[in-house]
Amino acid sequence: MNNILTTLLILAVFSIGSMAQDKGSVLIQNTTLMTITDGIIENGDILIVDGIITAIGSDLSAPSDVPVVDGTGKYVMPGIIDAHSHLNTVSTNEARNPVTAEVTMEESINPNSVSIYRALAGGVTSIHLMHGSANVIGGQGETLKLRYGVSQDEMRFDQAKRTIKFALGENPTRVHGQGNGIQPRTRMGVEQIIRSHFDEALDYRIQREAYLAAKEAYQKDRRGRIAPPVPVAKNLRYDVLNDIIDGDILVHCHSYRADEILMLMRVFNDYGIKNYTFQHANEAFKVAPEIAKNGAYTSVFADWWAYKFEVYYSTAYNATILNENGVTNSINSDSNELIRHLNHEAAKTVRYGETSEADALKMITINPAKQLGIDEMVGSLEIGKQGDVAIWSGHPLSIYSKVEHTYIDGKKYFDLIMDPVDMRISVDSDDSYTDTGFNNFIQGREEDSCMSDVFELIQQ
Amino acid sequence: MKSKKWNIVLALLLIGTFTVQAQITGKPTFGKIAIVDATIHTVTEGTIQNGVITLDGEFIEYVGTDRSKIGDDYIVIEAAGKHVFPGFMDSGTSLGLVEINAVPVTVDNREVGNMNPNMLAFTAFNPHSASIPVTRVSGVTHVITAPQGGLVSGQAALMDLWGYSPDSMAIDATAGMVLNWPSIRSRGWGPRNPEQAEKRYKEAIRNLDKWMENARFYQQMMSEFEANPTGKTKPEKNQQLQAMRELVLGETPLIIAVSSEKDILNAIEWATHEDNASLNIVFAGVEEGWRVAEQIAEAGIPCLVSTLYTPVRSYDHIHRPYENPYALMKAGVKVAIMTGEVENVRNLPFNAGYAAAYGMGTEEAVKAVTINPAEIFGVSDRLGSLEIGKQANLFISTGDPFEPLSQIEQVFIKGYQIPMDTRHTQLFEEFLDRDTTQ
Repeated sequence: MNNILTTLLILAVFSIGSMAQDKGSVLIQNTTLMTITDGIIENGDILIVDGIITAIGSDLSAPSDVPVVDGTGKYVMPGIIDAHSHLNTVSTNEARNPVTAEVTMEESINPNSVSIYRALAGGVTSIHLMHGSANVIGGQGETLKLRYGVSQDEMRFDQAKRTIKFALGENPTRVHGQGNGIQPRTRMGVEQIIRSHFDEALDYRIQREAYLAAKEAYQKDRRGRIAPPVPVAKNLRYDVLNDIIDGDILVHCHSYRADEILMLMRVFNDYGIKNYTFQHANEAFKVAPEIAKNGAYTSVFADWWAYKFEVYYSTAYNATILNENGVTNSINSDSNELIRHLNHEAAKTVRYGETSEADALKMITINPAKQLGIDEMVGSLEIGKQGDVAIWSGHPLSIYSKVEHTYIDGKKYFDLIMDPVDMRISVDSDDSYTDTGFNNFIQGREEDSCMSDVFELIQQ
Repeated sequence: MKSKKWNIVLALLLIGTFTVQAQITGKPTFGKIAIVDATIHTVTEGTIQNGVITLDGEFIEYVGTDRSKIGDDYIVIEAAGKHVFPGFMDSGTSLGLVEINAVPVTVDNREVGNMNPNMLAFTAFNPHSASIPVTRVSGVTHVITAPQGGLVSGQAALMDLWGYSPDSMAIDATAGMVLNWPSIRSRGWGPRNPEQAEKRYKEAIRNLDKWMENARFYQQMMSEFEANPTGKTKPEKNQQLQAMRELVLGETPLIIAVSSEKDILNAIEWATHEDNASLNIVFAGVEEGWRVAEQIAEAGIPCLVSTLYTPVRSYDHIHRPYENPYALMKAGVKVAIMTGEVENVRNLPFNAGYAAAYGMGTEEAVKAVTINPAEIFGVSDRLGSLEIGKQANLFISTGDPFEPLSQIEQVFIKGYQIPMDTRHTQLFEEFLDRDTTQ
């Protein structure tokens, strides 16, 4: 009986997915629009046609085939963007080398994870799916739209900037130095790993280009006067490092302590690298003026601290101090639980330091969009932007508010009223009865989820 | 009149000491204090608009609307538009036992061994943990701080969050014995098939029953000897069984950590067995309580639950964790909300807020962090509501304390108006406008 039900359910979910188009249209009327970039509009309408916001105003009308939603008493805001997530990774860490720039999250997306649906139910429309923090230079990230029910490839955020994960401090020194007895064991080592790899990459580029030029000359030489050049093999890792130096990839650097944040800025200034984001950055508030001066961004927890030593001298007022110093800051989850209520995490910046409500909302919308290079397309309610929005039952910063609808490209992916009990896309026979952990009511936390699959590896 | 002036001078002096001393937190105010014009949420006796509450030292002296109760010698706190609530209590934490979870030498909540009834959280509780001020300024004035690990982890303590020693902060040093229910589950690190799991479970229960039998026997033997030692040989003292004596009498609650449906049902079966009739049993965690709420209610077992976790099973509805407290309450279970946290116990009001938003309602959710835990742990004569004669544990909020946009302005613990500075506020003050030349 159960099997029949689940089969029907799978069919239902898939048929919804295949019947609907990838882009949708909707008109939401008489609602409060939290535009993010242009204030709050009371009693406003917003029209999304074929996935694009085409009008914002009042008394808008729509073609007859466009569904109309009465937004009276409700709030519409752009979909939340989480700049730090491991929501639906297949694996998170390629932990066997301090530098693994060549690996990507592109091939590590699980499009069937029910966590995607749970995040949609929290009003999240995009995430930055990141490699873990076991390596000083980790793998490349992937920015996703949470189009639940599509393939791996269709989840990718078209035209998002390429990103890569760096990691400083305890995690890489623990995995490599402490765990395997190789550099880096210290923050000194972390710096030199970065510098030496950039230098090697630059040398490689000169040698590789010289080789390619010589090869071309050799191939063009019909008279056999040029000796064949010694090959310089293509190196994917160095290619990626050169792309970073060229500014083609945005660095998102896992970091905690103020001194290591300063270190990376010194290194990046030496190599001319701009447009980067410090992730977690619990001590960023201590060097907020320096971060602002370098034009770097930060993406922080609302209140996580003290679970490991490098976050012991940190404060929940971090976001407020960064904001006051003019740093573009976002609030991220790095957690499949926190991502369910990032609105509430952002609200904590109002409690801790009295950040304005408007700025608090920016920290989960336009600011993370800037950090991922997608702010031209999403992150605010503006004509011409993509129709990634959520309808909230009340003010999005209130604990009593619930997400009622979540749209991506104008297509509805979450509906509170229609929300069935089981929203898994694929039913794994192995998880027909699953439990988490042991009977133990104190959870505690000793790690960010950046290290999620590392210790199994080390223990093996 | 004269004394009022002196109070102002004293207050100024106190402010002076705040700025001069570079200590962790400042000094509290203590004495005769009146809070006026506030909305007072007594929890047990309704809500009073434009109310007056007066404190005389440790205790609540008056709650009502009569301003004439305020003598000349009272420090008066104007709280128009503000709200007064009893201090919140988190029924499940390891606060004070763990400073930095990733640094093992600072982790004091997990002793070696499987049967540790004699281990006291009270002993390892560090009253100077940096997490304590951070917690109490959010209106959380009391915590159950619990040991972990093994079958019987040890005894949890009920602590208030103002003071310099465990002795002065303990409401109850032996507030509850923690038992981690042996799981029937066949996944994870344990046995891989159901038969093995069943066998392992039955063995664990046999051991537990044997323990309980020994404990009951020991209690009977010792009390008979103590009642009439004449002519008898003094029985040898056993530390572990000695620690179980109050438990078997039902004086110390047995906190059973249990999560999943099957385990809860097994634990109910054990708890309702006639041999265990004398025990005072409380369930903690209870993530799947909503599946068996009727059975828990029938067994009359109170539950300590949180809301901020991901749904237990992949096919569970998205809101199950938020709805669990209400499902239990609706069935008739007494519910207290907890966090299960260490350094972020300050999020207790938000755990309760989700329970409030998903069925429970604000009033009942407030009870779940005040009077309900006070009743469960047998201290409702002293804590859990704003009533004359109770200990003065309360806070002043600018609005609904479950809303992150509200500010908690002042907190009183056993009459002490505690300083609102913490590591977090101190770092804020130091770094907000930092000297950028250095």
